[in-house]
Amino acid sequence: MSIDRRTFLKHLGAASAAATLPFSLVEVAWGLGSKPAEHESFTFAYISDSHLTHIKGTRFTSNFDRGLRKAVMEVNLLDPKPDFVIYGGDLAQLGKREELDHGLELLSGLRPPLKWVIGEHDFYLDMGEYWQDKISPLYYSFDHKGVHFVVLNSILTHEAWINQWTTPMERMLNMARLDNPRGSPFMVGERQLRWLREDLAKYDDSIPIVILSHSPLYKIFKPWNFWTDDAEKVQKLLRRFSRVTVLHGHVHQVLYNQIGNITFYAMMATAWPWPYPVSYVQKPNQVPKLTVFMNRADPFHSRDGTGWDILDMDSGAITNHYQLWLNENRTVAFDFKLKHPVDLKFQNPDKRIPPQLHY
Amino acid sequence: MKHRIIVFLALATPLALGDEFSQKDLERWRAEFNTVMEKGEKLFHSTLGSNQVSCDQCHPNGANTHPETYPKFQKQLGKVATLREMINWCLQNPLEGKPLPLDSDEMIALEAYITWERRGVPLAPGKH
Repeated sequence: MSIDRRTFLKHLGAASAAATLPFSLVEVAWGLGSKPAEHESFTFAYISDSHLTHIKGTRFTSNFDRGLRKAVMEVNLLDPKPDFVIYGGDLAQLGKREELDHGLELLSGLRPPLKWVIGEHDFYLDMGEYWQDKISPLYYSFDHKGVHFVVLNSILTHEAWINQWTTPMERMLNMARLDNPRGSPFMVGERQLRWLREDLAKYDDSIPIVILSHSPLYKIFKPWNFWTDDAEKVQKLLRRFSRVTVLHGHVHQVLYNQIGNITFYAMMATAWPWPYPVSYVQKPNQVPKLTVFMNRADPFHSRDGTGWDILDMDSGAITNHYQLWLNENRTVAFDFKLKHPVDLKFQNPDKRIPPQLHY
Repeated sequence: MKHRIIVFLALATPLALGDEFSQKDLERWRAEFNTVMEKGEKLFHSTLGSNQVSCDQCHPNGANTHPETYPKFQKQLGKVATLREMINWCLQNPLEGKPLPLDSDEMIALEAYITWERRGVPLAPGKH
């Protein structure tokens, strides 16, 4: 079996990896044709969708533990260090305290500071109580080097759906099942929209905005909740800003899009990959045509189709380095001429490869 | 002796032809299939192994199982494999469970659900 240099580097142990720095940041792609810096450029990392699953006692599903451990180890090897790390939600599988505590323990090894986004798997057992008590507020904003970041809780839903279940675990299990015909669409909700309007009111149109949400703030496929019901209302509040990026988890795949002034990037999951909705032929989907799909995952390699992201922020735009375990990494950068993100290697249809075909 | 019995039965019930069936039969057969398919849907969304993982976590609505492409060469097994063998592979590996007998009710139910979710897609044996 032949093994190329990249594969060889990826398979090295942690100690030698630190010496060879396979994750060192080379400033190759500060946005294509980027304008002069409007703010200080910086880098951050994004880990998401670990779905840590409690079995019993001290036992957790080892496959999912391994994904998060690997991401933490690799983020710690970044040089230069990222300014912070976003955790994009779905740390737990069923919102159990055991799972959230286990996640906190695994993430305690992370050196840069963490910012938290909640996912539905963290939320629907106790409606976010433990999360708010021990981890983070559900929505908030912060400024970093001239960029305004807003974290939203985008996985809320109708009160009637929330209140119909006999037990909190029944509610959690029904929300946890992605293809549940008895599911309910995600939403940001009026209260948070009012807060967002007030939060943004303090800022000039020229400030770069990054929105962090668990679900995509646009509509892709309702049956799997690749969807936020009131996404258009959020988009409307963001329309006056010249540079807006939304980073989201939930979909466990390479996915990017441009709607008006807003660039959307999905972040990788550490747990497992999800199919593109085009792979389910019984219902129509709105998967963005712009996205060049990731390779179909090899089920015989449990880390294939999973990973994490390194994000370079420059001139108000993001270059997204998808760190794809057991796969060639992908870089998707905002093209200032085309005004949408492009994959630096595969965007041209002539460059696509057979594993990127999903059916 | 055998011939005589067949002749006798044919004469006694001349309308019971083997290749004829009614709308009622069709409905019953569909209901029988649906019962098994729905059992498969439940199994597909249950933790069948030892680690609390279920099939639908990677395959919502059975997506990315490609039942129409089997049998096909599975490079990781080094042979042409059937869908049932791949179901068992998933049960043993990602679900850390035990394989099902290939002709068990549970295996047939899982196959019924997976193929139902893929209905209408043309057969493509061997496709990758």
